[in-house]
Amino acid sequence: MPVTLNVNGKTHTLEVDPQTPLLWVLRDHLQLTGTKYGCGIAQCGACTVHLDGQPVRSCSVPVSAVGDQPVTTIEGAESGEFQALQKAWQDLNVYQCGYCQSGQLMSAARLLADKPDPSDADIDQYMSGNICRCATYDRIRAGIKQAASDLATEVSA
Amino acid sequence: MNSPVTLSRRLFLIRSAQAGAGLTLGVALNAGAADGYTGATGKAVDDELAANAFVTLKPDNTVIITSKHMEMGQGTFTGMATIAAEELDADWSRVETVSAPSDSDTYKNLIIGMQLTGGSTSIANSWTQMREAGAAVRQMLLAAAAKQWQVPVGELTTDANQVIHGPSGRKATYGELSTAAAAMPLPDKVTLKDPKDFKLVGKQFLPRKDVGKTDGSATFTQDVRWPGMLTAVVAHPPVFGGTVKSVNADRARAMPGVKAVLEVPSGVAVLADTFWQALQARKALDIVWDEGEQADFSTAALLAQYRELAGKPGLEARNDGDAAKVLAESEQVIDAEFAFPYLAHAAMEPMNCVIQRTDKGADLWFGSQGPAWDQVNVAKVFGIKPEDVNINILYAGGSFGRRATADGNYVTEAAHIARAYGQSVPIKLVWTREDDNTEGHYRPMYVHRIRAALDEAGNVTAWHQNVVGQSIRGLDENTVDRTSVEGAANLPYAIPNIRVDSHNTVSPVAPHWWRSVGSTHSAFAVETFVDELAHAAGKDPVEFRMALLRDHPRHRAVLQLAAEKAGWGKPLPEGHFHGIAVHESFSSYVAQVAEVAQNPDGKFRIVKITCAVDCGVAVNPDVIKAQMAGGIGYGLSPLMFSEITVEKGRVQEANFDRYRVLRMNEMPAIDVHIVPSGEAPTGVGEPGTPVGPPAVANAIFAATGKRIRQLPATEFFA
Repeated sequence: MPVTLNVNGKTHTLEVDPQTPLLWVLRDHLQLTGTKYGCGIAQCGACTVHLDGQPVRSCSVPVSAVGDQPVTTIEGAESGEFQALQKAWQDLNVYQCGYCQSGQLMSAARLLADKPDPSDADIDQYMSGNICRCATYDRIRAGIKQAASDLATEVSA
Repeated sequence: MNSPVTLSRRLFLIRSAQAGAGLTLGVALNAGAADGYTGATGKAVDDELAANAFVTLKPDNTVIITSKHMEMGQGTFTGMATIAAEELDADWSRVETVSAPSDSDTYKNLIIGMQLTGGSTSIANSWTQMREAGAAVRQMLLAAAAKQWQVPVGELTTDANQVIHGPSGRKATYGELSTAAAAMPLPDKVTLKDPKDFKLVGKQFLPRKDVGKTDGSATFTQDVRWPGMLTAVVAHPPVFGGTVKSVNADRARAMPGVKAVLEVPSGVAVLADTFWQALQARKALDIVWDEGEQADFSTAALLAQYRELAGKPGLEARNDGDAAKVLAESEQVIDAEFAFPYLAHAAMEPMNCVIQRTDKGADLWFGSQGPAWDQVNVAKVFGIKPEDVNINILYAGGSFGRRATADGNYVTEAAHIARAYGQSVPIKLVWTREDDNTEGHYRPMYVHRIRAALDEAGNVTAWHQNVVGQSIRGLDENTVDRTSVEGAANLPYAIPNIRVDSHNTVSPVAPHWWRSVGSTHSAFAVETFVDELAHAAGKDPVEFRMALLRDHPRHRAVLQLAAEKAGWGKPLPEGHFHGIAVHESFSSYVAQVAEVAQNPDGKFRIVKITCAVDCGVAVNPDVIKAQMAGGIGYGLSPLMFSEITVEKGRVQEANFDRYRVLRMNEMPAIDVHIVPSGEAPTGVGEPGTPVGPPAVANAIFAATGKRIRQLPATEFFA
């Protein structure tokens, strides 16, 4: 049974085992390798993508469960929140090894969409599912706050 | 400007085969080699971007810095570029960093003697080399401009990728001059900048040079994809030292996408078109394992052995005065034992390696920390020469020491798979998180026992420390491994009688270096115990240390700075407590003050860590701060949660559900202060890691009166 997927605005029809996790379809079939494998059991968040705008752990979503919900990966992320975060990540040298950062950015983009002025507690709640072994957490926190502030300035300007 | 210095290593030029392609410059390390890079190594230099050089100028005015050190997050691409670009007077926005290929002669780590990134040595060993490489290229640009404009070199200056002739106002970019510069003779002396003229070195913030990490475009090993590439996963034995007794692969071979099932020394490999297919087929393998002699191995039993050894004499790692006699005669002796578990590195990117057997040798693509080792290990598998193993060194998604494998390990496994498969196709070996976390190559288990004597005035008169654990370097039972006792044998405190014993133990689990190596355990034992002595002597922990560090001004300076910046001794909010620790590792000095707060349920939150670091010249202050913060976060996981335990030969913590690591909500605020220094720069990747745990433990003592003797101290945190 072919599987039809809408990823980053494009429709793909693939011959693939329907039990294959979305992560491996993205990486091995669509060559969208910005989304990373870290644990395979939805513990680390490196594989975070948006499914119909909500962050999900793509390692634990069978491709058959995606249906017609649009998938957004780091390669296709272009919301205002995402762009502000990306800029803050560069302005503050947030990343180190960088392997987890696609997932961090995808989680943070949803956080800012829900909470444009996040508190520390909001950041803890939204971001504690994304492990960073380089422990860039303090800069991720600062990056989220800077992006929030940049977006607020944009809105009021 | 300083006066010219003779180059400490001979420079050579690489002239591109393409006309007008600009200039590349390398630094030859082997004084006996024939002239020129090509002659020295026999490799053609027809692609300047892949050329073995430290500095490449391109006609489009781009400066390419080749980093002989691999980037695993620690910021070395930024560091190498900063040093060379400083002397070159380059425009930072036009500088790019690329990785060197595997070539241990040209890209040797000058401290370690082979191509290797580790031991927090990258900046330390490259400082002079990269300065000279940048300065020599600048000098050639000046010579080219002087010739072109018919002006004296002395009238020329440089700034931001430009040569400037002040009197005439003429300017030319480095790109415009690159081809002419390539025709200039190589300088045999270069003039290095006076540090007061530095523009990039010491600048508070420079954008990093390991780009592509905010848009998913950076290529890690996991992301390599070549046409026709297969993915391999391996079924490893469930216990340490196990072997395959028999395997029935009929079901696996019949599964979609599966190309081969192969027995290799480390287990049974499945090759398939995609990772998921390979993983499903691995599950379908029917393997009977011979569990061998370690089927009942347990870390609990090993710990009991270690505790027994901690009371027995071992190898002498240090012996000043007569600690045994003074301890025997003293009225006040404090005695404590500390236990540390096995730890997995758990880098975000599990181990992996892409390999392709070629006609002559083998090509590999992965985040190699020790290419010189990896070349030798792969060559052994194929029966070829190490120089015919070509490693393309990629970003590593973390490593923390894990990818520096003298024994080959996952790299050797990849080579065995390629050899067994026989065909010259690219194969990507992928370890799952569970493969990675259960394989061994851990920070070994250790037990420390320390006994110290205090006289009536509260002076420490004797110190006896006994360190029990595996030799990471694989030394026999009669040889002290300095990595076991670093941080203990070089105890900086002025105590008249010091004895340090070391026991090398035997375990089926492969030991490995883990970010800050011996200091991961020695700093905790020493710094919590010194705190205990301070309290026993009725003295303030900072003053107590300052007095005992009288011969160590750099320790004192960081201790004082951290204490001052944290407000040591000043009132804290209700329920908040301070603890402090100081430790030197890899010739960098770090002190940290931890502020903890007790929640209503009695558990602790680490509120803030104030860190002072002296790493000599601060090449990239922002990278130093990032490494201190990251090192602290990495070190707090094993204080709070992480441990690998083994029962009936089986690792109990295979993934992040049981191998718990620090998360966003557990990260303290970090405040880093750098001691201004003109000393030669030293490393920062590791020295921040070992200091946080004892500082936090000392703060918890201040709150509760309880000493932490065994890690992880989960009961205080969750």
